[in-house]
Amino acid sequence: MIKIDVDMNKCQHYGQCVFEAPEVFQLNADDKLEYKAEAPDEMLADLEAAADVCPMQAIMLTRE
Amino acid sequence: MTDAPLLIVGASMAGLRTAEGARRAGYDGPIEFLGAEAHAPYNRPPLSKELLQTEGHGHDEVAFPIRSALEQGVTWTLGRAAASLDAERRVVVDEAGVEHPYSSLVIATGLRPKPLPIPSHGLGGIHVLRTLDDAVGLRSALRPGANVVILGSGFVGCEIAATAAKNGCSVSIVTQSAVPLDRALGPELGGEVRRRHEAHGVRFFTRDGLFGLVGETAVERVILTSGVMLECDVLVVAIGSDPNTEWLQGSGLDVSDGVLVDAGLRAIGVDGVVRPDVFAVGDVARYPNPLFDDVPRRVEHWNLPTETGKRAGQLIAAHLRGDDCEPLAAAGFAPLPSFWSDQYDMHLLAFGMTYLADRRELVAGSLDDECVVEYFRGETLVGVCGIGMRSLVQSYRSRFSMPSATV
Repeated sequence: MIKIDVDMNKCQHYGQCVFEAPEVFQLNADDKLEYKAEAPDEMLADLEAAADVCPMQAIMLTRE
Repeated sequence: MTDAPLLIVGASMAGLRTAEGARRAGYDGPIEFLGAEAHAPYNRPPLSKELLQTEGHGHDEVAFPIRSALEQGVTWTLGRAAASLDAERRVVVDEAGVEHPYSSLVIATGLRPKPLPIPSHGLGGIHVLRTLDDAVGLRSALRPGANVVILGSGFVGCEIAATAAKNGCSVSIVTQSAVPLDRALGPELGGEVRRRHEAHGVRFFTRDGLFGLVGETAVERVILTSGVMLECDVLVVAIGSDPNTEWLQGSGLDVSDGVLVDAGLRAIGVDGVVRPDVFAVGDVARYPNPLFDDVPRRVEHWNLPTETGKRAGQLIAAHLRGDDCEPLAAAGFAPLPSFWSDQYDMHLLAFGMTYLADRRELVAGSLDDECVVEYFRGETLVGVCGIGMRSLVQSYRSRFSMPSATV
């Protein structure tokens, strides 16, 4: 599994990650980010793409 | 020469993403980074915002993590600028005269700020903002009560103004434009950005410029072309950037405005011939984007170093494997530019090439609150920008698509 951490002190809710990995990241009705804390290994490329495009570089991924 | 590394000149975000892209596409050979800055790759946007207002923040706070794929087989030569390229011999010579042979070369040398347009007479107190070291130097100057004059009203100038105002500085923006962000966002949003800055005490001197500087050892006052004289402890020059391509003079590459590349990010020579082993990525690369038209452009938005790096990485891995790269290159490259800006409590988010527009339309909200503006060239949507309303702005991404069946 891949563990997903978003530093919510950094996150500005731009939602760029949503486009790269919509299964994990979503903007809710208030335009705030919501995300799943874990995802299967085969999603690594999408998750890395999401981490790459985060303007605040707030997304951290850990292989478990 | 088979052991020569993939050489990436510019230890930047674009260079890093290229290396990661090449690894992801199967290249497991040696990689060398040659970087003019002393730092490993870091994220630049916080330099005009968080890092500029937070004492003690430095490289640790903005460094990109180095992923496991780059833990092996990577050499970092930092604090050493490239001086010349011999494309025939496949060698880059650095400023110390050391030769760096390569199997494939990635040009990721980026931009540098345009300098003060008038003589500085060696006066101190004059700043630009591009690098981490620039930001640390500027931060110590933005003391509460300091008189800060910012020349230029693009994103960098506006973000520095907002940060300086928050820091308690007395801020003036001097710009040739009628409103800030005029070229990027047009007069409507630009006017609103001005209003919000003025609400925080920032003064604007529009359709104006710098005529002269007054000071003993450091700048004390600036004289504007309109004749206005402003007290000035800190002068920030934020009037755009120039590509770092001087080291490529005489290399045979087309560097008339950045490095001209094809849809595979492969450099094109002055003879019009593609160089299969030389790539350019990030801000320094000039390429056409079929989402908009066939005009090669340098585009300085934040997501494009990543997009160009990933794309070049694929081509590089294929080239170094000995594969035919033509089908991959012919597949087209059409990244959607994405940019944002934080000033005070205003969050701007945009997609596309808003500055190509000849017409703008407010389609949601109101300018003085949250809103979305569409940008058109003729009848074609070329961009969208919002203040807030991020979900709505995000929903526009799918509306930018390739014209007809060019891919």
